[in-house]
Amino acid sequence: MELILVNLIDGLVTGLLLFMLSAGLTLIFSMMGVLNFAHASFYMLGAYFAYSISLAIGFWMGLLIAPLIVGLAGAGVERYGLRRVHQYGHVPELIFTFGLALLIEEVVQFIWGKNQMPYSVPEVLNFTAFSIAGNSIPAYKIFMIFISISIFIGLLYILTKTRVGMIIQAALSYPRTVEALGHNVPLIFMGVFGVGTALAGVAGVIAGPVLGTFPGMAFVLGSIVFVTIVIGGLGSLWGALVASLLIGWITTFAKSYNIAMSDILNGIGIATPENMSDNPFRDLWTITSPQIADILPYILMVLILIFRPAGLFGKRES
Amino acid sequence: MKKITKLGAVSALSLIIGATAAFAEDIKIAFIDPLSGPFASTGTNGLHQFEHAVDFMVNDEGGLLDGQTMEVVGFDNKISPKESLIQLQVAIDQGIRYIVQGNSSGVANALTEAIDKHNRRNPDSRVLFLNYAAVDPALTNDKCNFWHFRFDANADIKMDALTDVIAADDSIEKVYIIGQDYSFGKAVSAAANKMLGEKAPEMEVVGDELHPIGKVKDFTPYARKVVASGADAVITGNWGADMLSLGKSIIENGFEGPIYTYYAAGSGMTAAFGEGGKDRIRLISQGSINPIGSDRARDAYNSFLERHPDGNIDQSRIYNTIGMLAEAIKEAGTADDVVAVANALENMEYDSMWGGKLFMRPQDHQLIQDMHIGVHTDEDIEFPYDSSTFGVKTESTIEMASMDSPTTCEMKRP
Repeated sequence: MELILVNLIDGLVTGLLLFMLSAGLTLIFSMMGVLNFAHASFYMLGAYFAYSISLAIGFWMGLLIAPLIVGLAGAGVERYGLRRVHQYGHVPELIFTFGLALLIEEVVQFIWGKNQMPYSVPEVLNFTAFSIAGNSIPAYKIFMIFISISIFIGLLYILTKTRVGMIIQAALSYPRTVEALGHNVPLIFMGVFGVGTALAGVAGVIAGPVLGTFPGMAFVLGSIVFVTIVIGGLGSLWGALVASLLIGWITTFAKSYNIAMSDILNGIGIATPENMSDNPFRDLWTITSPQIADILPYILMVLILIFRPAGLFGKRES
Repeated sequence: MKKITKLGAVSALSLIIGATAAFAEDIKIAFIDPLSGPFASTGTNGLHQFEHAVDFMVNDEGGLLDGQTMEVVGFDNKISPKESLIQLQVAIDQGIRYIVQGNSSGVANALTEAIDKHNRRNPDSRVLFLNYAAVDPALTNDKCNFWHFRFDANADIKMDALTDVIAADDSIEKVYIIGQDYSFGKAVSAAANKMLGEKAPEMEVVGDELHPIGKVKDFTPYARKVVASGADAVITGNWGADMLSLGKSIIENGFEGPIYTYYAAGSGMTAAFGEGGKDRIRLISQGSINPIGSDRARDAYNSFLERHPDGNIDQSRIYNTIGMLAEAIKEAGTADDVVAVANALENMEYDSMWGGKLFMRPQDHQLIQDMHIGVHTDEDIEFPYDSSTFGVKTESTIEMASMDSPTTCEMKRP
């Protein structure tokens, strides 16, 4: 029972982290129709920048400054890269962001090397907040939850309650009309791209100390972010949140409990075959849930695409 | 103008040809390991140590035979067995006769098979496989061949030494075994179960599991299971990013006991573990760095630091590999006839500068050497890792570990 509570908290942390990445990606997509393959690379940049800044002036300044730099870099990429490629259509855009992801990884390796960076949790937060049946919950995790939730609320407020948010939403569906009304739509695009990448930067800053800061960190998260926004529905902030939490909890629970496939099959009335070594389904029978935990989100994505192609909260059918 | 260009081109070309002719005498060693991707740091650090080892032990001492120098050429295999075989072919086509590889036993298994086949079919361009770190026991047992030499202790030898220490520790009643889901992780788990069963039958294995290699983002759920199992100690064969994330996660989430590992040092890991891992992380390795084995080893370490101020010698067996290869080439009197070199390597006794004797067992080509169990600490550390204050201090030593261990190898000699 206690373990369920602990896993709920762990899954929440994983999910919210994923949300910060996918929120930016889904915003960018809904605005400009660009699937940004380099999104996870901005997450990595956030972690590396924050590490370097934290060496000089401490973790908290890193948390403040690194996302700003990443956001500016993102805006620059949109202004001087994507906007030029945009006129040639979607495929060149995809290739551009894909190339950018490879480029960023190489640059990171060039500057910081290939080793793990000793980027660690700040002293102030390096204690156990509370423990449940011997499982300690580090204070840093609570801090991560706090940061991500405030970002979600902030984003939601800006998008739904402010004038800027209204213009952004309008530019989403009717860019020409908004432009005709005298708003600078390219500037809005650049801003959204900058904010989206800055969000990825924040995720990097706070995830770096826990998940490790190394050149492969973008690669491990890269594909799962796309899965998240497809499940949630491309362009939907709520969808991104729900899908992230769903993925966080599914993978956490699947890894925490050793549910064997043979138990499930026995449970639905199929008997375990006598001679396992010759059985063509041997691999299926010996699967346990931690082994397949990381592919469960992909299975979920396939199911969503079959039964609800627009995603959980997606509106567009196109 | 055109004439001048032509002249320039011709002279440049002849210069290049002349240069290749001059270098043709070099003894080249192909280093096939990951130089990009999630395990790039482990591979790159290995390459740096090899480059330094050939310079420090061979080239700066005047070379081998008639002053031939050694050169290490890096090939990126992206940790994929398929890519490794392509790189192996490239290396052979370049006339390289010595292959070194270490990261991932999956790759080593593919390479040793391919090399065995190649050598049978092409007696004129045979190559030797010097394995400096892939520790799947099968490589010197069922899958052994004459061309493969292992300079690291295999997983069973290491586990034998580790379980000696664990069995002698009365505070440990329950152990948890966790590893990466591939041949090596499975070998570690099998050896731990078997040896603990023999040496300490009262000890309980409360968890035994494998996770996908290089794909786990967050080890928290695994750490929860370790804590929930009530284990007193953890045994893992993880390496690279998987080792650091697992170790950090287990410590942060409330596990109190020691973590026995194979590879939890260097490549940024020692600095990243820092204070949290002090007196908690233990690792089994050959070659003692703190205290250092000899004055020559101290010189070697210092000269390595001059070249790579942020680097570490965390795989001292690389120096043993180069030292023994150089010795064998000298004894054989040739670097081109790899059968003669292999015969010289077999049965070789060698005094390692890192301390202790090394013996290349002829029946399975497994190097027998002293094993050390070290602890991650910042006390009594002469050579810390990762420019931090932390390093690995030797706690106990097992001399000529598993000297008489059995092998199923039936070696076919050419």
